[in-house]
Amino acid sequence: MTEISLTINGAPVTASVEPRTSLADFVRDGQRLTGTHLGCEHGVCGACTVEIDGEPMRSCITYAVSCDGAAVTTIEGFDDDAAMEDLRQAFTENHGLQCGYCTPGMLVTARDIVRRLPDADEKRVRLELSGNLCRCTGYVGIVRAILSVLEKRRG
Amino acid sequence: MKPARFDYARASDVADAVRLLGSTDGFNKPLGGGMSLGPMMNLRLAQPDLVVEVRRLDALKTVAEEDGHLAVGAGITHSAIEDGRIPEVTNGMMRFVAGQIAYRAVRNRGTIGGSIAHADPAADWPTALRALGAEVAIDGPDGARIVPLADFQLAAFTVALEPADIVTALRVPRLSPAARWGYYKICRKPGEFADSIGAVVHDPERDFTNVVLGATDGAPLDVAALAEAVKGGGTVEIDDAKAALAAQGAVFDDYGNQIHAVALSRAIKGALAS
Ligand SMILES: Cc1cc2nc3c(=O)[nH]c(=O)nc-3n(C[C@H](O)[C@H](O)[C@H](O)COP(=O)(O)OP(=O)(O)OC[C@H]3O[C@@H](n4cnc5c(N)ncnc54)[C@H](O)[C@@H]3O)c2cc1C
Ligand code: FES
Ligand code: FES
Repeated sequence: MTEISLTINGAPVTASVEPRTSLADFVRDGQRLTGTHLGCEHGVCGACTVEIDGEPMRSCITYAVSCDGAAVTTIEGFDDDAAMEDLRQAFTENHGLQCGYCTPGMLVTARDIVRRLPDADEKRVRLELSGNLCRCTGYVGIVRAILSVLEKRRG
Repeated sequence: MKPARFDYARASDVADAVRLLGSTDGFNKPLGGGMSLGPMMNLRLAQPDLVVEVRRLDALKTVAEEDGHLAVGAGITHSAIEDGRIPEVTNGMMRFVAGQIAYRAVRNRGTIGGSIAHADPAADWPTALRALGAEVAIDGPDGARIVPLADFQLAAFTVALEPADIVTALRVPRLSPAARWGYYKICRKPGEFADSIGAVVHDPERDFTNVVLGATDGAPLDVAALAEAVKGGGTVEIDDAKAALAAQGAVFDDYGNQIHAVALSRAIKGALAS
């Protein structure tokens, strides 16, 4: 077991973890933050995407021991985030989710798109979403939701 | 989909990493971003005894402009290169290549050194950096050394690293202002590993021209006949590329022959057009 200290959604956490525990399993099983979903567990589907030190990353292939000293934000940590508020509303209005399994990862990726690429057009949004799989919506609603938030932010 | 048990240590500097990797007789692995080792461990294709994290070492995060080349620390992420957060010495080629690797969430953690050490034939850096004529800076129990990338990758997933060696940097030659490059990756979905990669660097001022084929079954392949054609200023059609590959004994199945020839000819067209 290895002792780690990090912040999760702004709160300091110290815990003893097995090196092989993924960050995803650590937040889900250890911290009871089950908003982070696991699909493929090898980096492909994007369901587990969380923010580590301000950047979206895969929590299924990132080990909790590697996050000692890091600031981790899971979907539960974005309740009061302005961009995420807009995205939640837009996903609701545009049928951006059905079963919701992909949604936490989609939202973390979507938030990165609207903040990092303010001028993104539909083609770019689709390219940036290529690492997040959705088996329900066919992506049309998700793309539309992100484009509407981009437009709103451009004013 | 959970890894087998392993021990973990976080190295405090390069010497400590080398010491830790050599500290036991087991199967010990450096950990960079974990974006290749993580999936391999989760799938239990890799079952290391000890994992030594090197991702956060200052020495591996350093980028230094040296005489004629840029030394890019092995711990620099794909997204740092994509965003232009390191000095530009390849007339935009490295930024272009970095932006096509996997997805942003993987690029934010995966490193250039990890990619070169992993040596997946279908990965982007092994082919792109070979076309650029890059060298690998290595540190190990016997001290530091520098190996040309062309001598480093020996086969698929096989490189010239001893068990306690770590890659510290990639040395990328500075292109002349008039140098041109082309890079063409064929994959069915953005961010996937390639079915084929053609990479071309043409720098007449430095008398350097390289045409490299990636995503074969082994190490990236220099295609000398096509480099000569590029030097001569001629165009290279798909059939020319097929003939050049066949002439050097690089024969694949029908699909492979076709996509490799297409990737090479499009990379060359891109280089000549740029
Ligand atoms: C979904 C997905 C899609 C991907 N698509 C692509 C793609 O299209 N193109 C592409 O090129 N790559 C792709 N990758 C791989 C990605 O680029 C990885 O970031 C990269 O291959 C490995 O870098 P890393 O730092 O994560 O290395 P790690 O996973 O940490 O390590 C990989 C290997 O290198 C060794 N290693 C790591 N650092 C060092 C070092 N400094 N010295 C010596 N050995 C070291 C490790 O021991 C291990 O054997 C993809 C990955 C995923 C998960
Ligand atoms: S569960 Fe992490 S990418 Fe699929
Ligand atoms: S809403 Fe069901 S997977 Fe996307």
